[in-house]
Amino acid sequence: MEKRHIITVNPDAAQAFSLHTGCGECPTSCQSACKTSCTVANQVCIKEQKA
Amino acid sequence: MMHRRRDLLGILHRRGVDGIIPLTVVGKKHERIEVVMVHTFALHDLKLALDVESGALHILDDAAFTAVSLLAAGKSKQEAADELKAEYGAQTAAQVLAEIAAAESQDLLFSEPRQVDLTTDGAVKALCLHLAHDCNLRCKYCFAGTGNYGGVRGLMPSGVAKAAVDFLLAAGESRRHMEIDFFGGEPLLNFTVLKETVAYGRQRAEAQGKNFKFTVTTNAYNVPEEVRDYLNREEISIVLSLDGRMEVHDRMRVTAAGRGSWDVVLQNCKKIVAGRGGDNYYLRGTYTRHNLDFCRDVEEMVGHGFRLLSLEPAVLSPAAEEALQEEDLPVIFAEYEKLAALLWEWEEAGRKVYFFHFELDLHRGPCAKKRLLGCGAGSSYLAVTPDGKLYPCHQFAGEAEFCVGNVTDGITAPEIRQRFTAVDSAAKEECAACFARYYCGGGCHAAAWYQNHDLAKPYALGCKLHRKRVECGLYLQAKRMLAKTGR
Repeated sequence: MEKRHIITVNPDAAQAFSLHTGCGECPTSCQSACKTSCTVANQVCIKEQKA
Repeated sequence: MMHRRRDLLGILHRRGVDGIIPLTVVGKKHERIEVVMVHTFALHDLKLALDVESGALHILDDAAFTAVSLLAAGKSKQEAADELKAEYGAQTAAQVLAEIAAAESQDLLFSEPRQVDLTTDGAVKALCLHLAHDCNLRCKYCFAGTGNYGGVRGLMPSGVAKAAVDFLLAAGESRRHMEIDFFGGEPLLNFTVLKETVAYGRQRAEAQGKNFKFTVTTNAYNVPEEVRDYLNREEISIVLSLDGRMEVHDRMRVTAAGRGSWDVVLQNCKKIVAGRGGDNYYLRGTYTRHNLDFCRDVEEMVGHGFRLLSLEPAVLSPAAEEALQEEDLPVIFAEYEKLAALLWEWEEAGRKVYFFHFELDLHRGPCAKKRLLGCGAGSSYLAVTPDGKLYPCHQFAGEAEFCVGNVTDGITAPEIRQRFTAVDSAAKEECAACFARYYCGGGCHAAAWYQNHDLAKPYALGCKLHRKRVECGLYLQAKRMLAKTGR
């Protein structure tokens, strides 16, 4: 394999950001383990989870 | 941090709640600030670049790291090419720039600001139900004033809890997935009402074609077999509070008599987790200035067999003895980096440990709208106190100026909700300038309020911690990808 200077970890990134946009069914981040230290990016899109 | 100056007039963040706020174009006020479009950073053995708007993560060699950093800092392609040639030779420079151009053409590098419609329908889909404003522990860093939220100690009556369920089902509009978190104080002090609420909620939800996810956050100090069996049987998610090492835990988490709670809590946590097959839980700790070496607390948790972990920085008044300070940051950053390496070491050895704040999902994560709207406090998420009053979240409970209504009459102060819906990350200047703007949702509203007395001004120290955690999470994603593809 030709050595590349740039390896993209998630070439599907743009698509992942845009899937199921705004359906509002995903978990509320503050219902998770944090309660004081808000995080959203570790949530999984509920529709993707079922797919 | 690398950034380049961009005109943000192209960002159209449209917002509106309940039709109260008309669709507007915002972003113009940000036009003079430097907006981070690509963030480059080195962590352990990897050099990485995050394309902020697309969410693409790239692993770079030295030459590519130099080139992307130069471009991200505002250098022209010609300037970058000249510097690359001088350092790596013409052939390498040409290859690197060609790869950058290819990534750009796929919108994976230096991608343009995305357009996100932030309009919401005002639905409430999650409640934090304060079953008890009382607690059997007297933790010294408790934001709830050792459980009573600065008021009278008491339990939520069954009627209030059921009215909260009814309120949520009505306020949830067309949402199918509803959430209730049993919270306190110590919610298991009110176990009877917890059970009644679960039964009532499931029955009412089923009739409406909806479903509830229930979570209980407990100090695990008193969890008899009957309670453990119930929580496991009913598949109620559980957040268990344990701070790690005994001396760390017992310094903060003491009984009313002032005795440490570690030994009792640890045994209960083990029994609970074993009873649910090691799944559907989080062991959640808090670290303070007294245990900046918190990797040892994570190791302690793992040593006892726990695999789903969270360790949170204490958010306290800066004057508090335990409060994290700016001068602690280098030590904390180094500790997070050490933790990332430790987690990867365990994972490679086939013993994966899930650390809540490092578990970024680059492939199936939330949509951009969710990422910008954040935790939902005050909008899709509300807290209910034992007397049935509604607040933007658990941390505002009991603050009269933030009471938005009650479970019987519903939302009676929409203007307070509007204050919260207006401060998503798209509306904050600090967030526009931050590479992690799609990862934290604009930060915790309560931290912003209690630290800065301004909902629109994020808690700066918390932001710095969050950025480091995001870097560590991205690092782990890159390591997994490399391992999976055998590179």
